[in-house]
Amino acid sequence: MAAVLEVTPENAWTALWRRLQQDRVGALCLGIVVAYLVMILFAAAGWLARGWSEEVGVPYANPGFLGDRPNLEAALQKGSQHKGVAPDLRNVDPLAPKYEEWAKRTGELKGTEAERSLTLPWGGDRWGRDVLDKAIKGSQVSIAVGVVAALCATLIGTLLGALAGFYGRWVNDGLEWLYNVFTSIPSILLIFSLAAVLRTGAFAHLFASGIWTVVIILAFTGWTGMYRLVRAEYMKHRSREYVLAAQAIGASAASRMFVHILPNVSHVILVQLSLLVVAFIKVEVILSFLGLGVPVDMVSWGTMLSEAQTELVIGKWWQLAAASVFMAIFLTAFSMLTDSLRDALDPKLR
Amino acid sequence: MVPTLAGVVLLVFFLFKFFGGDPSQLLAGQVASQEQIDAIRRELGLDQPWWVQLGIFVREIVSFDFGKSWMTREQVSSIFLSRLPATLTITIPILLLEAALAIPTAMLVAYYRGTLLDRTVMAICVAAMSISFLVYIIVGQYVLGFQLGWFPVQGWSDSFWRNLVTYAPLPILLAALVGLAPQTRLYRSFFLDETKSDYVRTARAKGLSEPAIMRKHVLRNALVPVVTNVSLLIPGVFVGSFLLEIFFSIPGLGREIYLAVNRSDYPVIQAVTIYLSVLTMLINLAADVLYSFVDPRIQLR
Repeated sequence: MAAVLEVTPENAWTALWRRLQQDRVGALCLGIVVAYLVMILFAAAGWLARGWSEEVGVPYANPGFLGDRPNLEAALQKGSQHKGVAPDLRNVDPLAPKYEEWAKRTGELKGTEAERSLTLPWGGDRWGRDVLDKAIKGSQVSIAVGVVAALCATLIGTLLGALAGFYGRWVNDGLEWLYNVFTSIPSILLIFSLAAVLRTGAFAHLFASGIWTVVIILAFTGWTGMYRLVRAEYMKHRSREYVLAAQAIGASAASRMFVHILPNVSHVILVQLSLLVVAFIKVEVILSFLGLGVPVDMVSWGTMLSEAQTELVIGKWWQLAAASVFMAIFLTAFSMLTDSLRDALDPKLR
Repeated sequence: MVPTLAGVVLLVFFLFKFFGGDPSQLLAGQVASQEQIDAIRRELGLDQPWWVQLGIFVREIVSFDFGKSWMTREQVSSIFLSRLPATLTITIPILLLEAALAIPTAMLVAYYRGTLLDRTVMAICVAAMSISFLVYIIVGQYVLGFQLGWFPVQGWSDSFWRNLVTYAPLPILLAALVGLAPQTRLYRSFFLDETKSDYVRTARAKGLSEPAIMRKHVLRNALVPVVTNVSLLIPGVFVGSFLLEIFFSIPGLGREIYLAVNRSDYPVIQAVTIYLSVLTMLINLAADVLYSFVDPRIQLR
């Protein structure tokens, strides 16, 4: 009787978790990324930064810790509201008889304007919106766009890569041609062409929300790297013994591709996916900055930076600081987590 | 290369044909009579079936005649000739400066691998890569150009030398700083790969000092992947850094295509995309041919 192996082999994901815990930097980065994810979940649910678009402070309200900094812009606007008497046009204005009625109606409509605060925790922007709230909401939009686009690109890249690597021959030739076409166009030109087409094109009304335009652009241009990696892995795996064994017991091609091989190459996909998230967030920020990204009624790190550019000249640095710091911390933590992930998933690489 | 080129042409054509807006409406504007629209359609060949239009498109590409820009009425070919010099004035120095800074830094940290210096530099690199290029430009332009006044904030002139000496240094400096972090990381890994090989062990065994090994043996071999990487960056020189060109109002190709996107100027976008793709392919081909000369082990299929 053959001896039965008592030890159950360690599950790959438990092993990953164990190795990540030993890596202190990796654990810290994981903590930061999880904190961001909790923050954007709260923001999406409306528990946090719900009022990011409300004008709660005076224009360019000072940050709380710089309360007595002179705020010329707010003072100017306040002054202009009360000064300036309209010249009397009663004699020449043909609409003069209506003045009385208008005055009455304005009197009825007069709402109470909320008292605007002079300082906000991290300052205010041009319209007196809370910069901290904007940064939180902006994190939600930027990270969500980056992650969703990376998932779409991963889906395209994995599917095509699996087909090319598994079937080889003419499928491979055709997909390699497609890959060559996409990679021989400089990526920024492909992005710009897509942006030009999607904003005026036949399908422009479909993406009225604007955010999907960015996701489509990123997914359409960013799948090539994933395709190449997955294809190479599938070429390696398709003639391995476990796949041949699966074929021998009658597993279909689809089942061999996605049930048997896919779990064994998932670590490659996961690492590449996180690299894509970082790259896509950076591109989204640039596109939004240029006005080709998220629409004007939304906020992302990119739109914050584009406002911050003009604010900096008049010495209002807090919006720039908020957007840069939120973005830098997330991307640093995410990149280092990716490094740890790669080390943990592939111990041979060390 | 020919099938790929055909693919690029087809991709660009169908992208603009089926997903783009109707050129006649874009051209005629909001208030246009049916006759005007029909006239434009006839002029552009839009009343023909799509394969005839594809033929027109291919003829435009081959004859280098994309007609005029829809919005500025400037010849598309003259846009190339007038914008490329400005782009090259900043991209070529950027490429050289980046390589000149990144290679010694990478060699230094690879020499001190595993020490505090190495780890600090690598951590700084990761952090530096996480900050958006936009932030570098905004802050750099504000501090170095506006507050300290060391450089002009933006501008461009007609004289090449004046551009290179006065207007180009700030954008070049900023781009080189941004490119430094990822390149240092990459080149460090190239150096580290070499330090593990057998010939380094042999050199150590015969008693060579570490600096001599680094300088005489590792550097020479690690330069092969470094040069490969630099040659991969060369096509980017022509596209240029559109962000720098926008911020510093440099009349280059990158800024031109950004403006073309904003005004839906399809001929300019199409022409730039196709010709720069062709240029990229040619440069890559030239690089492959050069390799087979430099390294006889590499064979062209």
